[in-house]
Amino acid sequence: MSFPWANQYKPKNPVMQWVDERLPLPRLVYNATGAGYPVPRNLNYFWNFGVLSGAALVIQIITGIVLAMHYYASVDGAFNSVEHIMRNVNSGWLIRYAHMNGASFFFIVVYIHIFRGLFYGSYKAPREMAWLLGVVIYLLMMATGFMGYVLPWGQMSYWGAQVITGFFSAIPIVGEPLRQWLLGGFAPDQATLSRFFSLHYLLPFVIAGVIILHIWSIHIPGSSNPTGVSVKGEEDTVPFHPYYTAKDGFGLGVFLIFFVIMAFFLPNAMGHPDNYIQANPLSTPAHIVPEWYYLPFYAILKAFTVDFAIPFTGIVIMPAKLMGVLALFGSILLLFFLPWLDTSPVRSGHYRPLFRKFFWFGLIPTVLVLGVCGAMPAEPMWVMLSQIASAYYFAHFLIILPIVSRIEKPLPLPGSITEAVTGKPLKAATA
Amino acid sequence: MVRFFAGLIGLFFSGMLLLGLADTIYLAITEPAEETAEHAFHEKAKDVSFAHDGPFGHYDQNQLQRGLKVYQEVCAACHSMNLVAFRNFEDLGYNEDQVKALAKNWATEVPSIDPNTGEATTRPGLPSDNIPSPYANEVMARAANNNALPPDLSLMAKARANGPAYIYSLLTGYQNQPAELLKQFPDAKTSDGLHYNPYFANLNIAMAPPLSAGQVEFDDGSPNDLKAMSKDVAAFLTWAAEPKMVARKQVGWGALIFLLIFTGLAYLSYRSIWADKKH
Repeated sequence: MSFPWANQYKPKNPVMQWVDERLPLPRLVYNATGAGYPVPRNLNYFWNFGVLSGAALVIQIITGIVLAMHYYASVDGAFNSVEHIMRNVNSGWLIRYAHMNGASFFFIVVYIHIFRGLFYGSYKAPREMAWLLGVVIYLLMMATGFMGYVLPWGQMSYWGAQVITGFFSAIPIVGEPLRQWLLGGFAPDQATLSRFFSLHYLLPFVIAGVIILHIWSIHIPGSSNPTGVSVKGEEDTVPFHPYYTAKDGFGLGVFLIFFVIMAFFLPNAMGHPDNYIQANPLSTPAHIVPEWYYLPFYAILKAFTVDFAIPFTGIVIMPAKLMGVLALFGSILLLFFLPWLDTSPVRSGHYRPLFRKFFWFGLIPTVLVLGVCGAMPAEPMWVMLSQIASAYYFAHFLIILPIVSRIEKPLPLPGSITEAVTGKPLKAATA
Repeated sequence: MVRFFAGLIGLFFSGMLLLGLADTIYLAITEPAEETAEHAFHEKAKDVSFAHDGPFGHYDQNQLQRGLKVYQEVCAACHSMNLVAFRNFEDLGYNEDQVKALAKNWATEVPSIDPNTGEATTRPGLPSDNIPSPYANEVMARAANNNALPPDLSLMAKARANGPAYIYSLLTGYQNQPAELLKQFPDAKTSDGLHYNPYFANLNIAMAPPLSAGQVEFDDGSPNDLKAMSKDVAAFLTWAAEPKMVARKQVGWGALIFLLIFTGLAYLSYRSIWADKKH
């Protein structure tokens, strides 16, 4: 894999030679994230966010394993066991706040990672597989995050579980039995909490496994870069180590500074106060809202208010609720088809004048507006806004992108990465 | 083929959403949402500052001790605080003997079992006990309070948006129902057994005004008007909800200073490694 000029692993230490001959694990690491992996020299700071996502997962797994040692998955004891961690376990407050804010930071860096891919066309050939696996990771993260939020068994945990599992009951015929099967009962209860805890512990390791595939698949063609021009010669690349390990080290420091500010000084800013009230099946909160990272999807769900019906007959083909649920899942699943919806041969948004306009003035504001609408009560103004934004969201990916890639006249591309960086063409000898 | 079906699905979803938009606009014009008293008269929490605010803030121990006294003499008659133990009061500056005395003299005793007969009984509190509930169970709590349940206060300061200011505003916010409100919403008259308070979510709270000026005498002679007592008990409840706040901020500063140095060094090494590479 990779390029012919990649550094070769030549261990000098006899112990490492001995290991390498028997189990070439150091060689694997060397080729994957060491000096043996040539990477385009022109990556900007947006390319830090893959490593940061990995760091966030490591933080979540480490803090999560410790939390699980003190947490008690029972409907009577879960809430108090979290408070026991906060009050009585040595540095328990640190571990728990790190885990709670770590989830938010995991989503922040992953969202930046995803939108970097969207802007620079990282989903295009030959990197479709990395993109598809990325969407799988994102779906797993959403499931993991949702189930994790249920574990403290606060009011939002309980009612969030009630609402989200309620999606399944919108499916005709099998919906209600399916929902009961998932919950293990008619409403969230002990069976639900136990299985969510089990799955919440399992899925991060599944995510880690898919991340290995994700990284593997990106090492076949090599990393993308801000120009979108493929690597053409040795001068276009630098070895991952030390160049990008150093840059990622700096990026990690900046990430941790933001993380520490939130986790130590504003630990509850990204949470909801109602989750400090123990779950009560008899008292519904005034506004049930999911965690902030699901808000755009929640807005899409709520934006569908009209049944798909035959006018004047009263025959409903698809009720609004079912359509909302399908759209909610569809809004993520459509990302699987993105490599084939955007057919432009030019990858980077820098060289796509029309695409770039729709990206910055269409997609980005739309997602932000949906995020705000998701948190708001169902008042007409917010419903209207989320309807406009949701309509744009689907039109952007499913209608606008295919048309734009057809009619757009891209700007001239630089001859090579080296030319884009130094202004001088790549030496013919290495081309 | 993919693009064809994608386009159809896109048209369907976007079309249904725009249809929904037309419907929402139509409904908003023909049946505008009625203004509610809760929406029109609910007030945001008052601006109030505490010693524990901000990244350097820490608890004022004297204030917490005063707040504990207010809780002990007034709130604890109805509100439990299940998650706080007597031993935690050492954080407020009490020594071991004072904590023992506090636990022993607490108005409610701790449920126990008679060692001779095995029958349910109560015994005086110990430092290791959590603060006992004033009621044995929810039914008893409701029966004593006109069917309203006094909530546990352990986490109240975190369980409401802007909690400390909310508690302060609620305690100082009791008033007569404004004539303006009754004129606009004749049906919204506060019913018997409830009390008008614009800081409470639905404006009508079951709890009667719990504090009145001069109700609690402070040992240090601090002012005991309504505002002062409300602020003291709000600070105390903040501590009860977040007892590790001071340690958290201290560790946070340590971590932040370490990271600033680490990140500065990481930046320098990044620049020096890349010095010969234009990028």
